[in-house]
Amino acid sequence: MSLDTTRGLPERAGTPAVAAARRTGALARLLADRWAMAGAAVALAFVLLAIFAPVLSGITHNDPYTYHTSLLAGSGVPNGRLGGVSSAHWLGVEPQTGRDLFSIVAYGARISLLVGVGATVVATAIGTALGVIAGYSGGPVDTLLSRFTDLTIAFPQLIFMIALGALVPASFPRQFFMIAVIGVFGWPSVARVVRGQTKVLRNRSFVVAAQAVGATQLHILRTQILPSLGSTITVIATMSIPGAIGTEAALSFLGVGVTPPTPSWGREISSAISWVAVDPWYLAAPGLALFLVTLALNTFGDGLRDALDPRIAGRLR
Amino acid sequence: MRHTRTARFLITKLGGMIAVLLLVSLATYLIFYMIPADPARFECGKICSPGTLRQVRAFMGLNEPVWRQYLSFLGAIFAGRTYGSGPSAIVCPAPCLGYSFQQHETVMSLIGQTLPVTASIAVGAAVLWLAAGVAAGVVSALRRGRALDRGVMTVAIVGVSAPAYLVGLLAILLFGFKLNILPDSGYVPLLQNPAQWAFHLILPWCTLAFISAAIYARLTRSQMLDALGEDYVRTARAKGLRERRVIGRHALRNVMIPVVTLFGLDVGTLLGGAVITEKVFSMYGLGALLIGAVQSTDLSTISGVTLLAAVFVVVANFIVDVVYKLLDPRVTA
Repeated sequence: MSLDTTRGLPERAGTPAVAAARRTGALARLLADRWAMAGAAVALAFVLLAIFAPVLSGITHNDPYTYHTSLLAGSGVPNGRLGGVSSAHWLGVEPQTGRDLFSIVAYGARISLLVGVGATVVATAIGTALGVIAGYSGGPVDTLLSRFTDLTIAFPQLIFMIALGALVPASFPRQFFMIAVIGVFGWPSVARVVRGQTKVLRNRSFVVAAQAVGATQLHILRTQILPSLGSTITVIATMSIPGAIGTEAALSFLGVGVTPPTPSWGREISSAISWVAVDPWYLAAPGLALFLVTLALNTFGDGLRDALDPRIAGRLR
Repeated sequence: MRHTRTARFLITKLGGMIAVLLLVSLATYLIFYMIPADPARFECGKICSPGTLRQVRAFMGLNEPVWRQYLSFLGAIFAGRTYGSGPSAIVCPAPCLGYSFQQHETVMSLIGQTLPVTASIAVGAAVLWLAAGVAAGVVSALRRGRALDRGVMTVAIVGVSAPAYLVGLLAILLFGFKLNILPDSGYVPLLQNPAQWAFHLILPWCTLAFISAAIYARLTRSQMLDALGEDYVRTARAKGLRERRVIGRHALRNVMIPVVTLFGLDVGTLLGGAVITEKVFSMYGLGALLIGAVQSTDLSTISGVTLLAAVFVVVANFIVDVVYKLLDPRVTA
């Protein structure tokens, strides 16, 4: 027999998104989606890996910086099978230097997730602001902002991100530069979807009613439009994270991302190129980590979209 | 009547393109020549004597007012420019995108050496991804079955999640080292040996195409399924047209409209993908030129390459707009 203590009590509101999810049964739909849940579990595992990177590497008394050249053969290839996997080095060691690969992957997760989430926050903030302005004001403002959005989407963003790296002083923390630059180029997809949703909301009866009773524009935006956009923004932000993580890895892969010796998956994959023939396992660890976290977040994002906001049919990457 | 409308469409689009190009050139100029406190110091490189610095400053025209600098930057693109004077003068013929002091060459000639590599990768991959993506989408729409359906969806999400360099490295590993049937690096100029050119580019093309083809397959499939349910397809069938003609002329033409739109948005991504791909396959292209310039803070080369990339995307989008118009005569500017 189950005891439902909340029966008869008014529904606890919680955050607006959670309340909306309860109302529409979205949470139940999400929990029933096996793929989305698997994605969430893998993503959570990577978050824990990033947070507890020092603790986990500490178990085997490793860190991502110490060289272990005694573990390498003369050619620089790790001794032993599978790239030198042992009880002390769970994923083997890096060729040439002998640094612990598990530590590198764990600390690399910190950079990936920090830049991925940070850039998404920046992109979502800019995109929401511009999208709401364009969708709510309509007319020439909308036309101008939409043209600008289209232009930014079509722009060779990666090339601009590489180029802008030249203007940043070496003393400026590289990860914050990456957050800024990926975020600044990432807003258009958010702006598009938010604009579309705002246009729909603007003509809904509760907004028209608020206008009729003389509410100010700012009040309508804050109390009517933005709360209704909550689930849309949640979905689109989740779906943007894997793209931002991929861009960070791509920039580091090209040698213009975070500077050594800060561990980064992209840079490890790039160094694996010259070793791929003799030590393919060196590619496997950072490569699989990047692939898994991206796949997990994409699957979770898809599930979240289907559960929370099936109307977003727009293309997101 | 129809001709004047087409002409008006072309003129409006062309005017828009020129306006955007001017804006882009202004933005590029402001970013790379105005943000740094002393651009000449950047351009001069890490080891820089006061004499060279003075020469660089004069060459870049940094002693002039800003608007004049921008006008000579813009003018050089159309009319060329001569840097310095006397016997040490350097002639930079149009289209002049600047002169690299660090590499002692005009930016255009540096681009001329590297562009064919990147263009070969990008154009070939784009053709492959459009052809493969649309074909897969049409086939899976026509043979709508559960297994095929799920297969395309799975490949699509794997394709989205797999970065180009990872696919490329796995391809190198499999075809280059294990099977030993395809070259894994190096570029052979097209004019030198067309067969070897294509042979060396097979892996890069497939790598880059794989990432995007799946998305196009999904889009084509859903559009095709919609189109097959439309009245005009039923009418075409009722007229007794052969199935091949119904699909090819009537359904596919409408399916291509969103596909072309999406492709217009993806041209920039394509260029970025080509830059990554050339690094995986150790080819010296635009990306390598740009990254080298970033590492040595060679501002002239950086701004030249970025401006060229932006121009490429804007022009490609103009072409996409025109193709769009050809596909859908209802479109107006």
